[in-house]
Amino acid sequence: MNKIDVKNITKVFGKNPKRAVDMLKQGLKKPEIFKKTGMTVGVNQADFHVKEGEIFVIMGLSGSGKSTLVRLLNRLIEPTSGEIHIDGQDITKMNKQDLRQVRQKKISMVFQRFALFPHRTILENTEYGLEIQGMGKDERRKKAMKALELVGLKGYEHQNPNELSGGMQQRVGLARALASDTDILLMDEAFSALDPLIRKDMQNELLDLQSDMHKTIVFITHDLDEALRIGDRIALMRDGSIVQVGTPEEIMMNPANRYVEKFVEDVDMSKVIVASNIMIRPETILIDRGPRVALQLMRDEGISSIYAIDKGKKFLGIISADDALDATKTGKSCREIVKEIGTVKPDTLLNDLFEDMNHSPVPLPVVDDEGRLRGIVKRAEIIAALSGDQDALNGNEVKL
Amino acid sequence: MNDHLLPKIPLGHWIDLFIQFITNNFEGFFGQIASGLAGFVELLVTAFEFITPIGFIILFTAIAFWRRGWGVALFTLLGLALIYDLGYWHNAMQTFSLVVTSVVLSIVIGLPLGIIAGINNTFKSIITPILDLLQTMPSFVYLIPAIFLFGTGMAPGVVATIIFAIPPTIRLTNLGIRQVPEDLVEASESFGSTTMQKLFKVQLPLSMPTIMAGINQSIMLALSMVVVASLVGAPGLGADVNFAVTSLRTDIGFEAGIAIVIIAIMLDRISQNTRSKKQ
Repeated sequence: MNKIDVKNITKVFGKNPKRAVDMLKQGLKKPEIFKKTGMTVGVNQADFHVKEGEIFVIMGLSGSGKSTLVRLLNRLIEPTSGEIHIDGQDITKMNKQDLRQVRQKKISMVFQRFALFPHRTILENTEYGLEIQGMGKDERRKKAMKALELVGLKGYEHQNPNELSGGMQQRVGLARALASDTDILLMDEAFSALDPLIRKDMQNELLDLQSDMHKTIVFITHDLDEALRIGDRIALMRDGSIVQVGTPEEIMMNPANRYVEKFVEDVDMSKVIVASNIMIRPETILIDRGPRVALQLMRDEGISSIYAIDKGKKFLGIISADDALDATKTGKSCREIVKEIGTVKPDTLLNDLFEDMNHSPVPLPVVDDEGRLRGIVKRAEIIAALSGDQDALNGNEVKL
Repeated sequence: MNDHLLPKIPLGHWIDLFIQFITNNFEGFFGQIASGLAGFVELLVTAFEFITPIGFIILFTAIAFWRRGWGVALFTLLGLALIYDLGYWHNAMQTFSLVVTSVVLSIVIGLPLGIIAGINNTFKSIITPILDLLQTMPSFVYLIPAIFLFGTGMAPGVVATIIFAIPPTIRLTNLGIRQVPEDLVEASESFGSTTMQKLFKVQLPLSMPTIMAGINQSIMLALSMVVVASLVGAPGLGADVNFAVTSLRTDIGFEAGIAIVIIAIMLDRISQNTRSKKQ
């Protein structure tokens, strides 16, 4: 189900926004409209949806309208035209009171520069949303403490915001948003003001929290690496328009236009491509067959070992040509000579495949969570993919 | 324009007519305000006299110590003792009561106006030229209509003082509200605050230092104006100065003048907000 449905939303800053909206409908672009009318197009007819429980990343350079777009979602900025449905309700038509209810119960927000209240302690900051709702002191304290615990700030509740480091301040920002227990989290460049190491920690922590909470998160960023790391889906913005929406893979592999391509080309491929993107079909043998069959198969294919599976495609290990030859003399079955080896998962990153490759005598078997053999990864494919060779990719679509 | 190319616009006459109109039609209303104001000031004077000079000196030395520490406390102690010693205590209390009344009313009226100006751009653009006018008009001019509306004595003095002293409170409250960082206001709104919750939980607490600076300026202006207000019969140290000027008495002039300076410095230091209590 779609948690947020954005239909044709437009925001124009200026004296006569309706006129600019008409020009946008005629297909004029942001720079032309600015030249002709002096009005700034913030968001141009954006159309997208956010599914319940996903992290939806809106990415773009500064001035692309992404911060405006996220503020339209809770009407911190009033849209010029279009509709925004949250749980099926069009918030653009709501009166002030209903809108406040939505902000209190359904959407909370985390800000780029933390936006903590300097005159309130960490605890008082965290309970702000609940206090606004008129919740009693004891109850809201309890909830705020829980939220602080969740982000690892227990023990800091009586400090003031300026006594905390940037990373910790943003944890408070996150706790404040979590305390209201809303379904939707808007995160406006929430980690952009943090230094790179802390930023990575926070990204991981957000993913950890998300795996328990299953919130619907709209995350704004200008950093593609961040978008790829945390996004279930990514929307790319330019000049107020959404240029492409897709999973990280779709955006990486099939950039919609030159703009997206340029964005994408600097990305480190080793952090995007996973085992299932480059695996190939292995030669396999059913474990119940005899060693002679195994030997024959290996001879036919010109290989020195073969991957053994059972009827359920479950991976058991490898059988080497030498062992198979011995077995034909001693009368052992395949089950007795199969050797276990290390495996990788379909979503293992290219980067991590290297390490495993070095320890493996044969191409790495790719085994899914149910233990089934999905394919194998050869050293040559890893290197080809790293060098940016598109031919090394098998066209598999995989979630990051 | 002596050459009579243009007829003189009877601006003064119009204002005259306006004041006459108000006086004729609202005399009772203004009379009540006048007696209310005078009554309040008298009440304060009585209260200050009731706690005796010793009590007053101890009270304000304590306040000075609490607000600013030893230095200001010592100054307050010695300064007030000097006023008592010179024999200006009663008049000083009258001046003090006039200032307190005017400042309290300036805050009661000015703070809401400043808040509205800080939130509403239209209101701000209306009130800004009015404040400019109030601040640049020579202060004596206010006394003339005040006499017509409120008679002589305390009331016109208080009213003229409020008009003269109120602009900094309005201006700096407006400024303080507008200086609150945009993202804090956004954060407050994003959690579903009402306008009032936003105001009282975020905007006002954060603009307090600026608002206090405005109130401090209003206090200083009020003190300078209650002296001028003696021209319309407001009692106190101003009346002493006025008497000294008209009868060329250097001694009384300086003694009363010094008493005013002492009260001015005391009030200024006490109302200044140098030490931020919370970081």
